[in-house]
Amino acid sequence: MYNFEYHKPASVADAAALIGKAEDGKLMAGGMTLLPTLKQRLAQPSDLIDLGGLADLVGIKREGNAVVIGAMTTHGAVAASAEVKQAIPGLAQLASWIGDPAVRNRGTLGGSICNNDPAADYPGAVVALGATVTTNQRTIAGEDFFTGMFETALEEGEIVQSVSFPIPEKATYEKFRNPASRYAIVGAFVAKGPNGVRVAITGAGPTVFRWKEAEAALAANFSPSAIEGLKHPADGLNGDIHASAEYRAHLVGVMTKRAVAAAG
Amino acid sequence: MASTVTMTVNGKSVTGAVEARTLLVHFLRETLGLTGTHVGCDTSQCGACVVHVDGKSVKSCTILAVQCAGSEVTTIEGLATEDALHPMQEAFREHHGLQCGFCTPGMVMSAVDLAKTNPDPSEHEVREWLEGNLCRCTGYHNIVKSVVAGAKAMRG
Ligand SMILES: Cc1cc2nc3c(=O)[nH]c(=O)nc-3n(C[C@H](O)[C@H](O)[C@H](O)COP(=O)(O)OP(=O)(O)OC[C@H]3O[C@@H](n4cnc5c(N)ncnc54)[C@H](O)[C@@H]3O)c2cc1C
Ligand code: FES
Ligand code: FES
Repeated sequence: MYNFEYHKPASVADAAALIGKAEDGKLMAGGMTLLPTLKQRLAQPSDLIDLGGLADLVGIKREGNAVVIGAMTTHGAVAASAEVKQAIPGLAQLASWIGDPAVRNRGTLGGSICNNDPAADYPGAVVALGATVTTNQRTIAGEDFFTGMFETALEEGEIVQSVSFPIPEKATYEKFRNPASRYAIVGAFVAKGPNGVRVAITGAGPTVFRWKEAEAALAANFSPSAIEGLKHPADGLNGDIHASAEYRAHLVGVMTKRAVAAAG
Repeated sequence: MASTVTMTVNGKSVTGAVEARTLLVHFLRETLGLTGTHVGCDTSQCGACVVHVDGKSVKSCTILAVQCAGSEVTTIEGLATEDALHPMQEAFREHHGLQCGFCTPGMVMSAVDLAKTNPDPSEHEVREWLEGNLCRCTGYHNIVKSVVAGAKAMRG
């Protein structure tokens, strides 16, 4: 790992100032993606700004008809939260399936969405539930947040503070995991709520996307049989040593059906 | 730039010089000489390096020493007492839960964390919990047996 200057600011304003004046600074949340990247010498930041001291960014609270989760809240805390389990059980389930216990003890919601790995789980929930991302500068609709593979709508140095998830009527997540890394080969997050039915697919494409044909079919009839004959095209999906694009296309259908069945 | 860091390791306050980039595992092994914590991969996937930081299992290869300033760290060396192995270590010995032993420190540290939150884990729960701990020798069967027995012994 190349060396860097380490900073641990005590407020979001200080963190923003530090990243603003660093030559090539990087924010660090749980470090579960960033540190492995640095260990491989795939990046060489001049400064590392550790968000670990920002208590304001940690926590889960109910605000009206939404659950608001701080960016620095760990996957383990979301998985174990009574509030989340009661209001959006599918979200707690999703968090409990990320990586392994040690990864869940450090990795955070903010880090996961800001990194936007095509195989990450949280983007599915953010898009399907119609969540809103709050940064130190503005709010961003969940659907506009993920712009491409490892790319988001964030400006240089912008800091995610929290994500607000509207409470749905039903929401479930199903994931076909890579047995070695536990990342999603394909994940389907299905939500039914005030905004209708939404199906968000992760793992399959360069970034999370909505499967609108399935949404339309499920809006008319919310049952696995409604999407029985529906096939997602393989065009544009990821193909790699873990799964071909055709196989991923097949899994999109299977995971979506399982998620609908689990929603009951 | 070097600086010093102070933390509590296995109940003792320690201070040492580190660089910003020094990983906790290197601080433990190279500065403190606590070589029971192993490094088995460079991708944060194998779990040989698991220690407890403020009571939670953490991959010590994926956290900086400076991030642990002021924390309480427990390593495999901190489990046994002067004259007795920790019940989880004893269970691994009794049930032949290791062959080469490389993965064992991480397995034991993960298992102790599991037993604290789930004192009576099923075989299935043990397998799920140990997903981030890889073993190249045993085929896991005896590890799972050891953890179930170790958790039982910890319940007393
Ligand atoms: C063995 C292993 C298995 C894993 N399995 C899975 C899995 O199954 N599913 C899954 O989804 N993920 C998985 N992950 C990734 C894990 O979820 C990470 O926690 C996550 O991708 C990054 O979160 P982090 O808090 O560690 O962020 P970091 O690694 O600290 O940061 C990641 C990136 O986000 C930026 N960033 C972080 N926080 C903010 C913020 N608040 N505002 C702006 N930018 C920010 C950082 O600058 C950096 O670029 C796995 C990781 C490992 C090591
Ligand atoms: S050394 Fe492999 S996970 Fe830490
Ligand atoms: S006993 Fe050899 S790696 Fe597990």
